[in-house]
Amino acid sequence: MSTPPTTAPSTTGLSTGDDLGAFATIRRGVGYSPELAEGLWGTLLLAVVASVGQVVVPVAVQQTIDRGLGADGGPDVGYTTLMGVLAGVAVVLTSVSSYLMTRRLFITSERGLATLRIKAFRHVHDLPLLTQNTERRGALVSRVTSDVDQVSQFLVFGGLLFVVSLGQIVVATIVMVVYSWQLALVVWVCFAPLFASLRYFQRKLTLAYGVVRRQVGQMLSAVSEPVVGAAVVRAYAVEERTQTRIDDAIDEFKAASTRAQGFTAFSFSLGGVSAGLANAGVIVIGVWLAPGHLFGGDSGRISAGTIVAFAFLVTLFVGPVQMGTQILTDAQNALAGWRRVIGILETPADLVDPGEDGQRLPRGPIEVRFDDVTFAYPAGPPVLHGISLDIAAGTRVAVVGETGSGKSTVAKLLTRLMDPTEGRVLLDGIDLRDVRTRALRRSVVLVPQEGFLFDDTLAANVRYGRTDASDADIAAAAVEIGLGDWLDALPRGVHTLVGQRGESLSAGERQLVALLRAQLADPDLLVLDEATSAVDPALEMRIGRALERLMSGRTSVTIAHRLSTAEAADEVVVVDRGRIVQRGPHDVLVGQEGSVYAGLHASWVAQQGTVAAGRG
Amino acid sequence: MTTHAAQHASLDPTEASAEPNGRPATTIDGLQVLGVAIRREPWVFTLSTLGSVLFGALTVADAWVLGWATDHVITPAFAARDAREAVGAGLLWAVLALFLGVALLRAVGIVARRLGAGIMQYRMQAHSRRAVTRQYLALPMSWHQRHPTGQLLSNANADVEATWGPIAPLPMAVGTIAMMVIAVAQMLLTDVVLAVIGLFVFPAVIVTNVVYQRWSAPWATRAQQLRAEVSEIAHESFDGALVVKTLGREGEETERFAERAHALRDANIKVGLYRAAFDPALAALPNIGVLVVLAVGVHRVLTGSSDAGDVVTVAYLLTIVSFPIRSIGWLLGNFPASVVGYRRVRSVLDATGSMPFGAVAAPSTGRGARLEIDGLGYDYPSGSGKGAASLLDDVSFAVEPGRTVALVGATASGKSTLVNLVSRLVDPDAGTLRLDGVDLRDLARGELAGAVAVVPQQAFLFDDTVRGNVTLGADVCDDDVWTALRAAQADGFVAALPHGLDSRLGERGTSLSGGQRQRISLARALVRRPRLLVLDDATSAVDPEVEARILAALRDGSTGESRPSLLVVAYRKATIGLADEVVHLAEGRIADRGTHAELLGRSPAYAHLVNAYEEER
Repeated sequence: MSTPPTTAPSTTGLSTGDDLGAFATIRRGVGYSPELAEGLWGTLLLAVVASVGQVVVPVAVQQTIDRGLGADGGPDVGYTTLMGVLAGVAVVLTSVSSYLMTRRLFITSERGLATLRIKAFRHVHDLPLLTQNTERRGALVSRVTSDVDQVSQFLVFGGLLFVVSLGQIVVATIVMVVYSWQLALVVWVCFAPLFASLRYFQRKLTLAYGVVRRQVGQMLSAVSEPVVGAAVVRAYAVEERTQTRIDDAIDEFKAASTRAQGFTAFSFSLGGVSAGLANAGVIVIGVWLAPGHLFGGDSGRISAGTIVAFAFLVTLFVGPVQMGTQILTDAQNALAGWRRVIGILETPADLVDPGEDGQRLPRGPIEVRFDDVTFAYPAGPPVLHGISLDIAAGTRVAVVGETGSGKSTVAKLLTRLMDPTEGRVLLDGIDLRDVRTRALRRSVVLVPQEGFLFDDTLAANVRYGRTDASDADIAAAAVEIGLGDWLDALPRGVHTLVGQRGESLSAGERQLVALLRAQLADPDLLVLDEATSAVDPALEMRIGRALERLMSGRTSVTIAHRLSTAEAADEVVVVDRGRIVQRGPHDVLVGQEGSVYAGLHASWVAQQGTVAAGRG
Repeated sequence: MTTHAAQHASLDPTEASAEPNGRPATTIDGLQVLGVAIRREPWVFTLSTLGSVLFGALTVADAWVLGWATDHVITPAFAARDAREAVGAGLLWAVLALFLGVALLRAVGIVARRLGAGIMQYRMQAHSRRAVTRQYLALPMSWHQRHPTGQLLSNANADVEATWGPIAPLPMAVGTIAMMVIAVAQMLLTDVVLAVIGLFVFPAVIVTNVVYQRWSAPWATRAQQLRAEVSEIAHESFDGALVVKTLGREGEETERFAERAHALRDANIKVGLYRAAFDPALAALPNIGVLVVLAVGVHRVLTGSSDAGDVVTVAYLLTIVSFPIRSIGWLLGNFPASVVGYRRVRSVLDATGSMPFGAVAAPSTGRGARLEIDGLGYDYPSGSGKGAASLLDDVSFAVEPGRTVALVGATASGKSTLVNLVSRLVDPDAGTLRLDGVDLRDLARGELAGAVAVVPQQAFLFDDTVRGNVTLGADVCDDDVWTALRAAQADGFVAALPHGLDSRLGERGTSLSGGQRQRISLARALVRRPRLLVLDDATSAVDPEVEARILAALRDGSTGESRPSLLVVAYRKATIGLADEVVHLAEGRIADRGTHAELLGRSPAYAHLVNAYEEER
């Protein structure tokens, strides 16, 4: 594989979604998970009932005590019974409606977020190769796992409480206005600074939680090292250094979290201070409204009972306000997670698939044409400079060149892992960009250098080439490329488990599986990024034979690292510093003295010769 | 990693399965987990609990201030003919000061409670993560080979988080319990009969919670397990992104992921349904209690058994505690996940086995080390399904100072196992390995690594800079780093990186190609100037022409006495050609040894092995 730039130019990175406001995030989030909006009105209606009930119950209890139990001349049994029954009914209604509401909320949220998770997962696969390679693997994984979990936690717990709290605030305000609009105003004025400062604190919190998320990523990465790098850590006895790095990452995460928690706690405490202010305000202003006082006039504008009742109403107001502000601050964390998931979905997908409008490639060996193709990585110098190349259908071409010459880029352009910056790549005369992606993947198969295997059976891995292949098809394909006996010799045949990343198999065996996979896919153009891995010579021989049969009857382009591959090709294309400098059969090229190919050949021969001559 | 050892993991389901203990989580278990945290962080716990108690006390004080204001400010203001005369500015200031004072103190209580809970939670997470990762570093390689990567990562992350989840509501719950005790005492003093009725509420809440836990715990556990599985699939699928993309298998991969994501969704919904049923019940119980108290209270007042004030007091106390009592529910609700997480973390912490080290320092001879392998035997670990088969059997040979020995053999002949033994990732079942005459097991920790550098086939890079990856923290100047990179043929592409030695390589070095990773990994070995260099097929992913330059640098870089001894596992003839002696391994035994030419001459099996490819042509 060639050398992609190590630090991602901005154009290859993922969108972080950081620029999205809270409402925009929610709107887009709901756009990606339409389930969230399903039955929303019913849920809201239930929320209204639940929140009214939650205000009604304490008010009814208060009334029972004040007017029923404490009535002049002994308890008023009739009134007490009436209010008691009313409160009982309210309790039942509230419970039933919050049960139904929670149920609905859980179902729609979890459904919506499962959809979001799956969409984001799919989109990661649709991202350009370059983005996939430059992003930390862990960061991509966390966007479809913990980030979504965070949103889920918020929606089903915070979201619910938030709706109910808002409802309670509204209901409490209405009740207060009914008692005394002046005092209701006082309460709202006392809470105004809190509401005004919410924005400021939320900005602070967004920043603080942004840092927390970044530190989580670093910490996860550090924590994975003693697991994934277990052997290296031991062989180099760098346990202490590894632990120090982990400890540092853990400490930084802890510090960032504590800081964010400090902000949360402080902003939450403001609600209590506002409540104290409101209580004092109600009494002071209330007294001023008493007969003969500042604004009271002669007969007064308020009664003592109203003030006392107000003190009670303020507590009904403060509870949900505090709950609501707390949820708003918790929401920052969830919103940050949501933004990051949305960020994935809004990072432009790979190359544009013409879809249904796209062309199909006819079956049979494919003719390849590079037409003045230039390629540069984003913000990088060109890797290929205007190359043109014709490959006749059914020929076997080897592309050779030094490391970094641009030869691997040829393979990536040919399989449309990337589009050329300038010029066109044509298959059977059709521009690759006009070919439907599904048809392209069907006809053109790349066998990468390191054939990644999934932790499953050999058969399941091979089926990545053709989903509907039966075990018999797989066995037949193996026989076709001369791997029948190898497959039979495996203890459990096609049902052999290959282990994580295929590590239960040797590197050579993994290559065999990759070739079998390609054979089953039955492409018309085979692009091979030749494995440079040296393997067991006996396996090497098998691989050579399998390749030979895999290539027969197909057009094949091999990014070659071996002399033997170049020798066996119909034509050799020599790439040097992004340009085609030579092409022709091996025998001709090798005779061109002083040429790049002659140089490469000499070094190959020298290597073989080392052994032939023996050693000292 | 040896290919064989990796097989063990998949062949042994009991070892690989995550659940150390299927016992259901009880409240007692949950409390025990909290006990661990409290013993570990007593001061933070005390501070946050005090904050919570302060908050609770001032909540009650609020009612007292209101009562005082009613008696001394509101009632006189309205009773008097002229309110202004009855209630002066001084009294109004006092009202303001009292309310604000209580509110500010309450705010202090809140900050102490919440910040304290946060600090305690983050500290406990940090303690656990440190302990778990220390354990990962301390446990022997054989343990790692038995446990899937995804599971271990989940143990250090999701499980740690779940374990300490209940700490967040802990201080509030403790404060609530304190409030509850005071309230209960006051209720009993006020009116025993009404108090007893009211007191049914508290056990009812607790019983409801226990039932809730019992019913929802299995689903919570399942959701947690599924979260790990979803994460594993995502990890693997993104690792294999190139294969998925080039074969156009995005759809099938998405289906595979969706299947687990949907199972997770269903488990989460199940948890939610229990929550939907129990949360309103928990909220309703105190209200029902208050209503019952009022109903009975009215009756008792009518018969003269209680007075109205007592009924009000009991009802009021029930109301005050009714909201915070839910924090006990939150606490208990977190218990099942916490206990499961704790057990998983514990299973890592309780895992035994470590590599014991001796106390002998590696002799510092200033020249290549002598490696002596004597009667070496290594069996498949028991329970691997391979019976008593041996991976290595009676292997003896030596690498003399400054000499190069090539290990040649077919796949599964035992080469990688031998390399693992030389680097002491595992210890032999029979025989000994000696470095300059010292048994490897007698060497002190770090001594072996100081003398021997192993370059594995699968290069592992740290999420660190190029410099950090090469030096691994050793005190090495940049010139030496560049020298090592040059010898490993890595200087060219490193110099082309935007920040040179300071370029970060990203997680597992994913931004580099396989060959580039191998070269960085080789430079890491060379920069330490090892006295014995072990190359386990370490240049396999490097272009042959680049490999030739690497080999030339290794051969010519140092001469005579100072040249390190070299043990190479190789397939390529060019690499084998470096060797003074070739050891031909077949099925765990030495089939033959000698120079390459000698072996070619007398061993058809060897000739077949190394010439296989050419013969075919």
